[in-house]
Amino acid sequence: MIDFTPFILSFKLAFIVTLILLFIGIPYAWYLSSTKSKFKPFLETITALPIVLPPSVLGFYLLVFLSPDSFLGGLVYKIFNIKLVFSFYGLVVASAIYSFPFMIQPIQSGFESLNKNIIEASYLSGKNKIITLFKVIIPNIKPSLLTAIVITFAHTIGEFGVVLMVGGSIPGKTEVASVAIYDYVENLDYHSAHIYSAILLLISFVVLFVVYFINHNQRRKYDIY
Amino acid sequence: MIFIDVRKKLKGIVQNMELNVSINIKKGEFLALTGESGSGKTTLLRILAGLEKSNGKIIVDNEIWQDKNKFLPPQKRGIGFVFQDFALFPNMKVIDNLLYVKNDKKLALYLLKISGIANLKDRYPNTLSGGQKQRVAIARALMRKPKLLLLDEPFSALDEKRREDLQEKLFYFHKEFNLTTIMVSHSSSEVYKLADNLVELKHGKIIKYGNAKKLLINSKTSEKFTVKGKIIDIIKADIIDIAVISIGNNIVECVLSQTEAKEIKIGDNIILSTKAFHPNIKVIK
Repeated sequence: MIDFTPFILSFKLAFIVTLILLFIGIPYAWYLSSTKSKFKPFLETITALPIVLPPSVLGFYLLVFLSPDSFLGGLVYKIFNIKLVFSFYGLVVASAIYSFPFMIQPIQSGFESLNKNIIEASYLSGKNKIITLFKVIIPNIKPSLLTAIVITFAHTIGEFGVVLMVGGSIPGKTEVASVAIYDYVENLDYHSAHIYSAILLLISFVVLFVVYFINHNQRRKYDIY
Repeated sequence: MIFIDVRKKLKGIVQNMELNVSINIKKGEFLALTGESGSGKTTLLRILAGLEKSNGKIIVDNEIWQDKNKFLPPQKRGIGFVFQDFALFPNMKVIDNLLYVKNDKKLALYLLKISGIANLKDRYPNTLSGGQKQRVAIARALMRKPKLLLLDEPFSALDEKRREDLQEKLFYFHKEFNLTTIMVSHSSSEVYKLADNLVELKHGKIIKYGNAKKLLINSKTSEKFTVKGKIIDIIKADIIDIAVISIGNNIVECVLSQTEAKEIKIGDNIILSTKAFHPNIKVIK
């Protein structure tokens, strides 16, 4: 009998991380796409860092800065009584940082390819910024938004290094699917590793295919990005 | 009555300049705005619409849109704005593009009907031709029953036939809704046909201002018959040289004198003119 707990943990983690990043991502990507500040290249570099950094480097720094002995980790522990390492909360924080660019970059490029005249046309139609955001801007970057959400979700499910370093492998708490596979292989349980790997492969394929399929149709129908 | 007196420093293509425009526009007037590209025409429209800030005053029908202490945002100005690239909302059907401005289905259907595109109301913008898109854009701009209709080279992307058709539609709406209209245009014939008055800008300053028809006739057809063209080829035929010149959409051949042949090369922009010339005029059928 297969134990699905690691999968449930993976999905729970990915869902929470995606939701958090979506709320941070839209305003932040909007700022990046519209700012003329000279700090923009600096901010873009910081945003993209998790793509190029080895997960172990990121994991190591997170371990150092989130542990209860550190300033930040200590503060969170004192106030909320939450440990940010070797706990599910720690996984959420670490994954949110690790998946950050996967949410920001598609949304930013969606904003950047949006015809700015339609935003002004909305203002000239008497609509304020909030209505313009929800009725004009977001519907017209739907494919980018969908890409960002799904890639972030899939990437969070697929991450391994950072999760292992920050969360360890505590069954039911921090042992997500990708880590479970590692544990099975280490214990020479190839049968379980096969099943887990096949499930992850299938999920990844289906998720990506659905996104590309929907986006293809959306672009053809509305000419939007 | 619309009173405009605005100044704004602009970064020009060649040099920095100051836009400095002061004009009064009567209610119901059709004003054409012309000038070289980079002369500040579009910026002036954007300032009027509240999309850009500037120094000075804009007062429309005794309502202050902008002065030292006040700046009315675009949402609060009774403006209809038609963008050069139409700027329709791609995610909305034609009818929804109009209803987004104001939820008045009767008015929306009326405008689409007059524009001759009532049958397209359930289509998405990217399935429309340029001319159809522009009709939707104009209809959308009229949904607010604007005090001031601003058009930024609205017909430049269209072919001649559609352009004429849409000019008539625009003129109809201008009269029907008693609009005050400002249109940026490069086409003398368009300005002649539609506009009461003409403002020509150069480096941000007004260099011509007055009755459109009088100004156009005086400047364009003085004592000579002149057209602008471009040399696209020079053919050497025995002892003479023949220049192939593109004028508007036409291509003509013209024999060059020896001195001309030495001076002119392919790619030159030229003025083709003649005195004592009796042009043959024929009606196009």
